[in-house]
Amino acid sequence: MILEGKTGKWEIVVGLEVHAQVVSKAKLFSGASATYGGNPNAQVSFVDAAFPGMLPVINGFVVEQAIKTGLGIEATVNEVSVFDRKNYFYADLPQGYQISQYTRPIVSGGKLVLDMPGGATKTVGVTRLHLEQDAGKSMHDQSPSKSYIDLNRSGVALMEIVSEPDIRSPEEAGAYLKKLRAILRYLGTCDGNMEEGSMRCDANVSVRKVGDTKFGTRNEIKNVNSIRFVMQAIEYEATRQVEVLEDGGTIVQETRLWDTARGVTRPMRSKEHAHDYRYFPDPDLLPLVLDPKAIARIKGEMPELPDAKKVRFVEQYKLTPYDAGVLVAEQEQADFFETVAKGRKDPKLAANWVIVELFGALNKKGVGVANSPVSAANLAGLLDLIENDTISGRIAKDVFQIMVETGGDAASIVKEKGLTQVTDTGAIDAAIAKVMAENEAKVAEYRAGKVTLFGWFVGQVMKSTGGKANPAKVNEILKAKLAG
Amino acid sequence: MAELVDLTIAQLRDGLSQRKFSATEVARAYVAAVEKNRHLNAFVVETPELALSQAADSDARLAKGQARALEGVPLGIKDLFCTKGVQTTAASRILEGFKPPYESTVTQNLFDAGASMLGKLNMDEFAMGSANITSHFGPVKNPWKRKDGKDLVPGGSSGGSAAAVAAHIVAGATGTDTGGSIRQPASFTGIAGIKPTYGRCSRWGIVAFASSLDQAGPMARDVRDCAILLRAMAGHDPKDSTSVPTPVPDYEAAMTGNVKGLRFGIPKEYRVDGMPAEIEKLWQQGIDWLKAAGAEPVEISLPHTKYALPTYYIIAPAEASSNLARYDGVRYGLRVPGNSLDEMYENTRAEGFGAEVRRRILIGTYVLSAGYYDAYYLKAQKVRSLIFRDFQEAWKKCDVILTPTAPSAAFGIGENADDPIAMYLNDVFTVPVNLAGLPGLSVPAGLSGEGLPLGLQLIAKPFDEGALFRVGGVLEKAANFTARPGA
Repeated sequence: MILEGKTGKWEIVVGLEVHAQVVSKAKLFSGASATYGGNPNAQVSFVDAAFPGMLPVINGFVVEQAIKTGLGIEATVNEVSVFDRKNYFYADLPQGYQISQYTRPIVSGGKLVLDMPGGATKTVGVTRLHLEQDAGKSMHDQSPSKSYIDLNRSGVALMEIVSEPDIRSPEEAGAYLKKLRAILRYLGTCDGNMEEGSMRCDANVSVRKVGDTKFGTRNEIKNVNSIRFVMQAIEYEATRQVEVLEDGGTIVQETRLWDTARGVTRPMRSKEHAHDYRYFPDPDLLPLVLDPKAIARIKGEMPELPDAKKVRFVEQYKLTPYDAGVLVAEQEQADFFETVAKGRKDPKLAANWVIVELFGALNKKGVGVANSPVSAANLAGLLDLIENDTISGRIAKDVFQIMVETGGDAASIVKEKGLTQVTDTGAIDAAIAKVMAENEAKVAEYRAGKVTLFGWFVGQVMKSTGGKANPAKVNEILKAKLAG
Repeated sequence: MAELVDLTIAQLRDGLSQRKFSATEVARAYVAAVEKNRHLNAFVVETPELALSQAADSDARLAKGQARALEGVPLGIKDLFCTKGVQTTAASRILEGFKPPYESTVTQNLFDAGASMLGKLNMDEFAMGSANITSHFGPVKNPWKRKDGKDLVPGGSSGGSAAAVAAHIVAGATGTDTGGSIRQPASFTGIAGIKPTYGRCSRWGIVAFASSLDQAGPMARDVRDCAILLRAMAGHDPKDSTSVPTPVPDYEAAMTGNVKGLRFGIPKEYRVDGMPAEIEKLWQQGIDWLKAAGAEPVEISLPHTKYALPTYYIIAPAEASSNLARYDGVRYGLRVPGNSLDEMYENTRAEGFGAEVRRRILIGTYVLSAGYYDAYYLKAQKVRSLIFRDFQEAWKKCDVILTPTAPSAAFGIGENADDPIAMYLNDVFTVPVNLAGLPGLSVPAGLSGEGLPLGLQLIAKPFDEGALFRVGGVLEKAANFTARPGA
């Protein structure tokens, strides 16, 4: 995106830092439950609460999840990485330090391919992915004089995923987050739920004159909790920076917060003291050394990821890249489509039904594929009825509406409502004969050359069969009969 | 028959199994000894009821012929070990009243072997000190007296453990050793003490001082008792990532008494300037004893020895500054209120920590700070590797290394107190062993001109504690150290 300023064109430069909570039963260094939504302080071990003499022990499953994610973004999984302590005091940080990875992360140098509107793609570099502990939660609104601390989140495993400053617009930032979230969900390494905070995003935003090669001074926008807000915050912040610069001001590097209600970014209340985190290797933990065989095994177990699936859908089902892109954006959608399309002569019909009818209906209901009232098997059943001429495409849409409302299966609804398409030529013959007998004048006009009446005859026949006659058959027989 | 409290652990084990006396009788004798020796200030917490109830369990097991390795042996536990339901403070005000809801792995191992606990032993605050004068609960007195009658320090940081063992008010004790905290007090009080290889004993449940250096070990009347205790304490613990999954051998069985053909190294760099002649003399005596037993002395060089103390006083405080951040007044221990969170931190930590602990937190914070990290912490880590490499070179020439344990005998309470550097020099011979992660044993070997005990230190390869017990046993027998405090 190029911003038009008073003094010329400006380019937006964005790098994103995503904190993704690792899907795992237990925390990064303790056996306490890492699930969301427990009663305050119900999921806290002595390690998480930093009792004297407690020691961290790495959760091997979380390490595997990080490896999987690293492979999923086509990055290098480092056979040796190191856990460091990031030291600072805060009431919800029991150890007085966060165990993180500073100079030697577990994953480095990956990339994400973004799907942009119109079928274009853009590659964004991923600098690194490292593992670290989450802090607890401070609640300042429970009492006028006290702060309350919930340590359930303390010690939960996070992956911090840092992009290169390759992003050039709010749309690209949105596409980056969607793609990353899709990959994390495909892999089952993060549920990607931004509302519950299991995926959080900080955006580093700067602007520069188009053509400049040096980056401008950046600001970090913290903890924006939806993709839409990230995009809005970037646009607001970039525009603000251009205004400041064009008015002769300078950008001071600072951390800003997105104010959802007012739609603006504003500086965070400046801390009383600048942080010096005093990183050093955690002496309670040995360097994390990975067995190349384990990495190879995980590589062998990787599921098909969105980019590969999209290519396959185009080839195997002859879909347009756009339709394929829509379907693979979420694994559940892709799986739903494949169940419907399996063994079908016309998989494009399946894609159309899933994308247009199903997604349209789900959107209206505000639910996802996982909660679709129409199961993949039931939608496949409906398409079967179209393909074997039991019902017409038009009737199918009515049947589908009933399926959305009742969750029933197509065959039963068609049977119950008597919607079976009439393909019996005898019945169609009779209907045609009746219509022709009742409209002799029109038949004569047609035969005299007014062939535009054909459509009117079709309509009359369909009407007399309650719309159930097979339109192709009606056309064929009617043409013959009218011809005399 | 000797008094029950004068028996070694090996003798207690034999007497109990032969039913010459009961575990309850032993426990009662020790409970009485603890009460009689309160003037030493060796204990922070006494747990006589616990000791007696554990002894009753031991008697039941003995009656059924199900005695374990330490059945009925009453021990003192350094206050750095978390003990379930029993106050654990690391001798600091900041943890006063803290009762852990868990038991450290090492103490659990000892209790599982049948040992009982007489109480928690005094120590330097957070194990920071070499004289046991930094405890919030006051200094420990050495049961030994100089000719001028002045009260002496027992060494530190495991000063309560050393004093209690030397005064026969516990049969043995746990200690921890970060830079000499087991060996130096053992030397100052005429007892044996071993710092095992780093990773030999679990650190789980031990209040951390400097994680990469801390190691638990036993302190006892003689080398054999240390061997018996260490076997029970040691072992791999999945809860400590730095604990090593190596089997624990029978250390007592290693004490064959035979050192014929063994090569023992004498590091030339340990002849430090200003070392008292009597220390020099004792060292030579040790060399002669081992030679007489058929071992062969070899001169070795540990060229980076002179950098060991400065290296230690960067790495240990750095780790401590981070390890002690958790004592913040938020969740347990002392809280001194303030008008803001930061003020509460400042008030709590200023009042909760003593001067030496504050000094080391400040040093550690400084050496890790941006702009200083490379010059101090990173450089120290590099020197630490060189010190480790010095020892690796030495092992090509010798099987164990013999040195004095400390550069002096016990000094008076108050002496060296206002000169931290002089105090730190106490650990000049012991600190390199921690930096290299090696096992080191202090054996009581002789008396100073003032009639105070002096120890010799043996150092071995990683996980070769067996060699220490074998050579230490021979050294101990030759030294025939029978002197007792106050005798």
